[in-house]
Amino acid sequence: MARRIVAPVSEFAPGTRRRIDVDGRGIVVFNVKGEYFALLDKCPHNGGSLAQGVVTGLLQSTTPGDYSYTRQGEIIRCPWHGWEFDIKTGRSFCTGIHARARPYPVTVEPGSAVAEGPYRAETIPVRIEEDYVVVDA
Amino acid sequence: MSVERLPGIYDCDIHPAVRSMADLEPWLERRWIEHFRTYGAIRNQHYMSGAAYHKSQPNASRRDAWPPEGGPQGSSLEFMRTQHLDQNGIGFGILNPLVSSQGVRNLEHSAALCRAINHWQAEQWVAGEPRLHASIVVPYEDPETSADEIRHWAGDRRFVQVLLLSRTSMPPGNKRYWPIYAAAAEAGLPVGIHAFGNSGWPVTSSGWPSFYMDEMVGHAQTSQSGLVSLVIEGVFERWPELKLVLIESGFTWAPSLLWRLDREFDILRSEVPHLKLKPSDYIRRNVWWTSQPMDEPENKRMLGDIFAWLGWDRIMFSSDYPHWDFDDPTRVIMFPATDEQRRQFFVDNARGVYGTR
Repeated sequence: MARRIVAPVSEFAPGTRRRIDVDGRGIVVFNVKGEYFALLDKCPHNGGSLAQGVVTGLLQSTTPGDYSYTRQGEIIRCPWHGWEFDIKTGRSFCTGIHARARPYPVTVEPGSAVAEGPYRAETIPVRIEEDYVVVDA
Repeated sequence: MSVERLPGIYDCDIHPAVRSMADLEPWLERRWIEHFRTYGAIRNQHYMSGAAYHKSQPNASRRDAWPPEGGPQGSSLEFMRTQHLDQNGIGFGILNPLVSSQGVRNLEHSAALCRAINHWQAEQWVAGEPRLHASIVVPYEDPETSADEIRHWAGDRRFVQVLLLSRTSMPPGNKRYWPIYAAAAEAGLPVGIHAFGNSGWPVTSSGWPSFYMDEMVGHAQTSQSGLVSLVIEGVFERWPELKLVLIESGFTWAPSLLWRLDREFDILRSEVPHLKLKPSDYIRRNVWWTSQPMDEPENKRMLGDIFAWLGWDRIMFSSDYPHWDFDDPTRVIMFPATDEQRRQFFVDNARGVYGTR
């Protein structure tokens, strides 16, 4: 795993996402209501880019005529075939798919921590007075 | 053999899009330009614009396929080159334009639009990209005019097939449509029948369904009834050289249909004395299927059984780029297959049907 700075917290608003490249792997990082989550940017079904999907909610029904729509902003829908995944866990809500979208740990760290060591060489401008979103991918 | 090592995949279903209908104006007479601007193009469906069943993605297309320079998905040759032809190793791609034209109720307008779309394909797409090949779009509810359109382009190597849609006003084997098959056979061009179209009838034989999902599944049913009609009416008896390609309507249903047709033929052959061969013999001689959207049984090996039953020589790869239910060539054969079988599927079958050109 490699540690990568994604963005300063102040520039990464809730409801938005960032795609970064980690050693040739695309990683998409989401800000869901102030929490950060990352997934491999490759749908486990057929390989579509989840970074370009629509963020939606979880529509469920216990019986015809009844539905619940919950967890708005927490579900990503693939831009190709529409498979849906829980942004927080990568888990699929489609019954036919066993693989889940691969999640990666994301943390928020103070700029004084992420500015140390080799990360200073990253092209992302580092301002150590702020907090940064960091992904271990 | 991995897909990457094949010499150039044949993709039998690519959809170029117009940025707007004004793209066709260079090849339309002033009369039709003004007609369209004033009255639109009334399709053979409910009196409404657009598709009767709203699609699950914008323009029924991948959300990652918007060209960077603007316009709808599939409207940029440059972006199609980089995102699809280059990236997926396509060496031979067949254009199947689904631009509103074939189901237009005003048959003269339909014919004018089809002619313009054929020029647009040849001059805007094929001329600039040798990997792409065009389909002759015909106003099939006017079969004589369709035959004229086929003869107009016959011999032009930019065109590799005649394109019909699966929803015709009468079953497609009906004698009414025979001028189309006669002209295609004479020109040596395969007839491709692609899912969709506006027939004036409900989109399923049980009526108008409530969901887009009904429509998606229904393409297989429409294609089956169309194929049955073409066989039983004697189209392949009359034109033994005619090649028919069924596009985007599945193929896993075909083995059981062939079994059922042959069984009924044994019992009812006195009703159809014009058929000299078993239905499955015509179909195995004259008919091919494209793969997308590939069914996805939980046990993928079951697809291998279907390929074996129908014949590895019958099924050809198609991607449906840029539409949302696109199949990636590296993710289609997810079950055991030999190098030879993969080569048939990705290259040889389509090369046989469409030629090398």
